[in-house]
Amino acid sequence: MRLELIRRAEPSRGMRWAAPLIAVALTLVTGAAVFSALGYDGPAAVREIFLTPLLSPLIWQDLGIKAAPLILIATGLSVGFRAGVWNIGAEGQYVLGGLGATAVALATWGSEGPWMLPLMILAGIAGGMAWAAVPAALRVRLGVNEILTSLMLSYVAIQLLNYLMRGPWQDPAGFSFPETRLFTADQLLPILPGTDYVHAGVAVAFGLAVVLWVVMARTVFGLSIRVVGEAPRAARHAGFDAKRTVWAAMLLSGGFAGLAGALEAAGPFGQMVPQFPTGYGFTAIIVAFLGRLHPIGIVLAGLILAVSYVGGEIAQSSLGLPAAAAGIFQAMMLFTLLGVDVLVRYRVRLTRSEAA
Amino acid sequence: MTLPRLQLSGISKAFPGVLANDDVGFAVAPGAIHALLGENGAGKSTLVKMIYGILQPDAGEIQIDGHPVAVPNPRAARALGIGMVFQHFSLFEPMTVLENIALGLDERVPRRRLETRVREVLAAYGLSLDPHRVVSTLSVGERQRIEIVRALLLEPRLLIMDEPTSVLTPQEVEQLFDTLRQLASRGCAILYISHKLHEIRALCQSATILRGGKVVATCDPRTETPASMAALMIGEDLAAVDRRTMDHGAGSDRVRLAVAGLSVAADGPFGTALRGLSFDVPAGEIFGIAGVAGNGQSELLLALSGEVSATVADQIRLDGQAVGLHGITDRRALGLAAVPEERNGHAAIPVLSLAENTLLTARAQGLSANGWLSPGRAARFAGRVIERFGVKATGPQAEAGALSGGNLQKFVMGREILQNPGVLIVNQPTWGVDAGAATAIHRALYDLAAAGSAIVVISQDLDELLTITDAMAVINAGRLSRRLVTAKATVDEIGLLMGGIHGHAPAARSGEAVDAA
Repeated sequence: MRLELIRRAEPSRGMRWAAPLIAVALTLVTGAAVFSALGYDGPAAVREIFLTPLLSPLIWQDLGIKAAPLILIATGLSVGFRAGVWNIGAEGQYVLGGLGATAVALATWGSEGPWMLPLMILAGIAGGMAWAAVPAALRVRLGVNEILTSLMLSYVAIQLLNYLMRGPWQDPAGFSFPETRLFTADQLLPILPGTDYVHAGVAVAFGLAVVLWVVMARTVFGLSIRVVGEAPRAARHAGFDAKRTVWAAMLLSGGFAGLAGALEAAGPFGQMVPQFPTGYGFTAIIVAFLGRLHPIGIVLAGLILAVSYVGGEIAQSSLGLPAAAAGIFQAMMLFTLLGVDVLVRYRVRLTRSEAA
Repeated sequence: MTLPRLQLSGISKAFPGVLANDDVGFAVAPGAIHALLGENGAGKSTLVKMIYGILQPDAGEIQIDGHPVAVPNPRAARALGIGMVFQHFSLFEPMTVLENIALGLDERVPRRRLETRVREVLAAYGLSLDPHRVVSTLSVGERQRIEIVRALLLEPRLLIMDEPTSVLTPQEVEQLFDTLRQLASRGCAILYISHKLHEIRALCQSATILRGGKVVATCDPRTETPASMAALMIGEDLAAVDRRTMDHGAGSDRVRLAVAGLSVAADGPFGTALRGLSFDVPAGEIFGIAGVAGNGQSELLLALSGEVSATVADQIRLDGQAVGLHGITDRRALGLAAVPEERNGHAAIPVLSLAENTLLTARAQGLSANGWLSPGRAARFAGRVIERFGVKATGPQAEAGALSGGNLQKFVMGREILQNPGVLIVNQPTWGVDAGAATAIHRALYDLAAAGSAIVVISQDLDELLTITDAMAVINAGRLSRRLVTAKATVDEIGLLMGGIHGHAPAARSGEAVDAA
C-alpha cells in the first residue's frame, strides 16, 4: 500500500476550513504520544491543556484576556500576509506599543483625567507603527527583505525595553527592581461590566476583528490588499500602487501590534516590566494562519491558542509539565497545519503498491 | 495495407463536472499530417496529453503500429517514439541552445556527441540554428526550432504539434511547414493542432474535428472551405465578418489617440525598449499593430494603458490632452481602457469571482464610492457583461478561473467595452479563443468603433489584423513601421516588415530598409 497525492482540479473550499480543525486534532494526538514517550501522562497532558480550561467557567475570563492580544496582533498581521508582506516582527512592535503607552503614563504620572488612557493608547499605536515603518521603508526604498529586518528589530525592541527598565524608567521607589512605577487609576483600562477582571481591551480586540472583516470585504483598500497579494500585475492594472500597499500593510499590522502592547500595559500588567514580551507577537503568526487570514477565523484561532496558554499553566501545577509544554503544542499546531494544507490542493489516494 | 501509426479507439476521460473526451477514435497513417480541430474546451489538449502520457484515459485504447500501448508518463511516450512540441516553450533564456537541448533529454549524452547529433539533425532538415547561441538572443521562430530539434533527436515516429504557428511570421510558418513535410515524407506521422483553418488546408491531408469532447467529423481539409470546417467545429454556420467588405464610415478627422515619439526604457535584460513610436488613431478607426512576439508589444500596451509612465507628457495625447505622465487610474477616468494579453493574473484574477473582477477596472462605473465597494452593483455589472457578450458562466459569482480561456476573454473584453471607452487598447484580443468567441469579440470591436471610439489592436495573428483593421503598422525591436492601409497591404509586405533585424536573412535586409524610411 502506498499513499498517492492527486492534484485537485481546483482548491477545495471545504478543506480550506477543515484543515485547521484536522491540524488541531492531529496536534492533540501527536502531542499525547510525544509527552507519553517523554515519560509524562500524555493523554492527561492533552486533557489538562486543551480541555480543562474549557470546562471550568472560572477560567473563561482568562481565555478572553489571553486571546485579546493574540487576536489583535493576528488580525493586523493577516492584512500584511494577504498582501504578501511578511511582517514577522510583531513582537517588537508589540513591545514598542507597550513602551509608547508607558512613556505617556510616566510623563503624566501624578495628573488625573480621562484623557490619559486614550493618549497612552495612541502613543502605543504610534510606537508600533514607527517600529514597523523601518522594515517598510527598507523594503520599498532598497528592496530589503522585511522578514529579516522586522524579525531582527524585535530583538532590538527587547534590548530597548531592558535598558529602559534598568535605567531611565526604573521606579525610584522600587528597591532597584527593574520595573516602572505602577500606573495610576486613570491610566488603567476599565473592567468590563459583569466580569471580575476582564479589561476593556478584550472588547476592543473582538470589535476590531469584526471591523477589519468589513474593511477587507467591502472597501477599495481591502480589495487592493487582496489583489496585490494575489496577483501583483493585476493590481498594477487595477491602479493599485504596490509600494503604497506595502506601507499600508506594514503600518496597519504594526499599529495593531502596538495597540495590543498598549492595552496589555494598561490592562493586565498595569506597569512596564522586563517580562512584558511573552511571545504574543510570534504566537499571533500561528493564530493568523490557523484562522486562514480571515478575521473571524482568527478570533476562533486566538481562542484555541489562548486555551493552550491557560491550559499550559494549569498543567504545570497539576502534572508538573515543563513551562515549554504549551509552546511545543503551539508550534506543533502550525507545523501540522502547514502539512495538512496540502489537502487543500491535493487529495490522498491509497493504492496497492505495484512491483515498481 | 499498412497499419496506422496511431490508432485511438473509445478514448474517454472525465474531469469533475465535465466529460472532456467521450469515446474518441481515429487513426493516423505513417507519413500523414493529420489535423486535430476544435474549439477551446473541445477536448483537444486533453486528448493529446493522454497520447503523450501526461494524463491517463479512463477508458479506451491507444495503439501504436497496431500494438496496444500504455503511456504512463511522457518519458514512456518518448520511448515509444512519440514526440511533442508544446505551444509554450520550456526554455531557459540565459542558457545556450545546446544546453537547453541537453536538459530536455532523458539520458545523459556527452556534450560533443550531442552537438554532432544536433548538427546532423539541423543539416538533414535544412534548419538554421547555431547550437552555441544564447536563447534570449533568438527570435521566437528560432526558439521553436530548438523544441523541434529536441523532438527530432529522438527520431519520433509520431510528432504532436500544439498550435505551433501562433507566434511565427508568415515566412517562418512556411519554413516550419517545409520541415514538417520533410519529416512526414520520411514516414513520421504528425498530429497537428491548430485554430488556423487555412493553414490546415495547406498542410494536412486529413482532419478530425472535436466538439464537446466527441468526434463530430473526419474530413479532408483540402476539399473543405474554412467556413465549412468552422461550422463543423462550432456546430452552426459561422457568419464571419470581414471589415474590408463592411460598410463603415471610414475614420473621421478627429484624432482621439495621438502617440508621438513614445520611448520607454527596457525593463530588465530580456525586455524590449520602445524607441520613438508615433501613430495617430482617429475616432471610428481600428488600428492594428502587427509583429512577432517579443518585439515590444507588451511594453507598448503597458505604456499606453498607463501601467508604465512615458518620459514626456506630450508623447501620448488622449483627445488632445497630454497624458504621458498620468497613471492608469487617471487615464481610465479620461476614457482610456486597455486589455493586456495575459488574462490570468493581469487582466483578471482567477481566484476572484467575476463580480470581484469587475472591481479591478470598472470601479468608476458606480461600483465604488468614497472608498467603499458596492458588491451588488458589481454583480449587476458582471451580469450585464455576461449577458451582452454571451459569456458561458454560472453567474456573476462564478470564479474567473472556472471559465474557459475564450469565455474569460469575452468577459474581460466586455468589461472594458461596456464602459464605453473613447480609446481602447487591446493586446491579442482573441489569443487562444475559439472561432465563435473570436467573431463575437470582433463584432464588439466594430460596434465600439462605429460608436466613435478609437481602437488599437495589437496582435500576432496577421489574419486577424488583415480582417478587422482599417490601418496598421508593424512593430519590430521596439520600433514602429510606417502606417499601412490594410486594404492595400499584402501579406508579403507585412511579413518582411515583421522579420525585421532578427529574423532570417531575406527579412533582415528589407527590415533595415524600413528603419531607414
